[in-house]
Amino acid sequence: MPERTVAVASASGLHARPAKLFVQEAARLGVPVRIRVGEKSVPAHSMLGVLSLGAVHGTEVTLESDAPGADEALDALVTLLSRDLDAEEALDA
Amino acid sequence: MPDLQPSGPASLAGLGVSPGRTAGPCLRMAGPPALPAPNPVTDTGAELAVVGEALEAVAEDLRRRSAAVAGGDRGAAEILDALAMMADDPMLKEEAEQGVRDGLDAPHALEAAFARHREALASLGGYLAERAADLDDLKHRAVAAALGVPMPGVPSPGHPFVLVAEDLSPADTAGLGPDVLALVTVKGGPTSHTAILARGRGLPAVVACAGAAHLVDGTYIAVDGATGEIVTGVTEEDAARVREQDSAERARLAATSGPGRTADGHPVKLLLNIGSAADLRPDGEGVGLFRTEFLFLDRKQAPTYEEQVTAYADVFTAVPYVVVRTLDAGTDKPLPFLGLPEEPNPALGVRGLRVDRVLPDVLDTQLDAIAEAARRTGAEAWVMAPMVSTPGEAAAFARRARARGIARVGAMVEVPAAALLADRLLREVDFLSIGTNDLSQYTYAADRQHPALADLLDPAQPALLRLVELCAEAGRAAGKPVGVCGEAAGDARLAPILAGLGVTSLSMAPVCVPAVRDALARHTLEECRELARAALDGR
Repeated sequence: MPERTVAVASASGLHARPAKLFVQEAARLGVPVRIRVGEKSVPAHSMLGVLSLGAVHGTEVTLESDAPGADEALDALVTLLSRDLDAEEALDA
Repeated sequence: MPDLQPSGPASLAGLGVSPGRTAGPCLRMAGPPALPAPNPVTDTGAELAVVGEALEAVAEDLRRRSAAVAGGDRGAAEILDALAMMADDPMLKEEAEQGVRDGLDAPHALEAAFARHREALASLGGYLAERAADLDDLKHRAVAAALGVPMPGVPSPGHPFVLVAEDLSPADTAGLGPDVLALVTVKGGPTSHTAILARGRGLPAVVACAGAAHLVDGTYIAVDGATGEIVTGVTEEDAARVREQDSAERARLAATSGPGRTADGHPVKLLLNIGSAADLRPDGEGVGLFRTEFLFLDRKQAPTYEEQVTAYADVFTAVPYVVVRTLDAGTDKPLPFLGLPEEPNPALGVRGLRVDRVLPDVLDTQLDAIAEAARRTGAEAWVMAPMVSTPGEAAAFARRARARGIARVGAMVEVPAAALLADRLLREVDFLSIGTNDLSQYTYAADRQHPALADLLDPAQPALLRLVELCAEAGRAAGKPVGVCGEAAGDARLAPILAGLGVTSLSMAPVCVPAVRDALARHTLEECRELARAALDGR
């Protein structure tokens, strides 16, 4: 099954605004993706699931999907997680 | 309209915490719904539909409120969007639906699904544990929707109204619309969230008004946010007249300008309390309290030296006179990057300057950054430490700040011990700034957030004023400035009293400046002193 592992780049971790942008993007892509930290795996389009991972800045998360279009969706989400979404907030505020 | 008025006007007393007079129909914020006894489910399909519709109604309501504030308060819109996404959550919905299939009715299935996620977030601690309270709020809304009763939260009737509530949480007030004329709460004190929010927005507010619990939705009331008086049984015409007078008064105040002066020209500086350069307004004579911790509230990692230099330089560039307060944090006001352990009694624990006992690097870096920002901008930096308790602490802080070339070093007076030895503190530092919120909490041994003790936290309490007088006298003797930067400084009723006690500056939320300027200008210094003497003699 295609998967990618990436460290969360946002300063505040996968909480607050970065979590919101990630979950929105996962929902928009429409490809079922799961996000995993250690043993805990949740659907990427679930806000409560993603928050419950407790991922902070630098936490390695693994994205998995075997649905059609998985590779493109995983790449898009990895790109998002590799950006410091908190810093971008400051820029466009 | 049906006649809902009781016979004739009557008056209710509360604590006025944000000045201004207004009137209009009152509307109560609905409380959380009571969950009835479980109902056996006969039609699973229908019950599943109720679950889906309830969650959708909650998400839709939040999205609508987000859209309504999106143009103005972006932070509030983001909070509301994130809440809507939680209500929309596919895992949550699936679990609630599974609960129905297992035989629960919709309200109980929702209750159980929310409770599970709440536990999951609460167990993670820190920021996420705080989001657990958001889930409680969402749960109450969803259960109310499933039961077909009004959702808790701020009503949006589509016309101006006075919001009446037991108390208001930050979630309630995020996205408070322009229809809200005033805030009235049964609980809360002068430093409660409601009070601070109301002053920030210039909304009249009365807290700790027990009688407000019995106000009838839709009846007209008049609110005086300065005296704390609420008049019930007013007519629609009375209400319109009160509002007209208030706008005329606001227009008159907005037209005032210039430095703070008593009627006979005695200067009392009018300064601003800010959290960042974004809070600056083109009024006042400088910044009397730059709360640096507001720059770094959500940070997991300590802000870097360079980052701090930039943030401080932004303010120094914009304003010639700025008093910077070093980080004021503790377990009651946590800054995640400090990683302070929990304490059984946080208000009496390691907070303010005391954090330096366990993490000395934090203050060193901050003083370095303030000194550098001052050098780069050519500003004269005034720097003060929060929660100073002894002359020894003041001396040690002053030494470290002056070693870096910081021009003026001060101490905040929030602990009664510091006020009692104000003269000795002033041998060590160049100025004092009195934080009345904490000083009253410690003087009266009354928790700032305690709803039943609001009267003890009233800044007009004589023992608090006596401590202010002690500091002001020490300042006069030493020829050094002594200001007030707590919420009391923005209270137009208190401004002449504080001036009469000998305070040399008042630092407040920008919105309070016109009314305080006006209050000072209406009294001579001798009249201010008389008012101060009367206040000190109060009970």
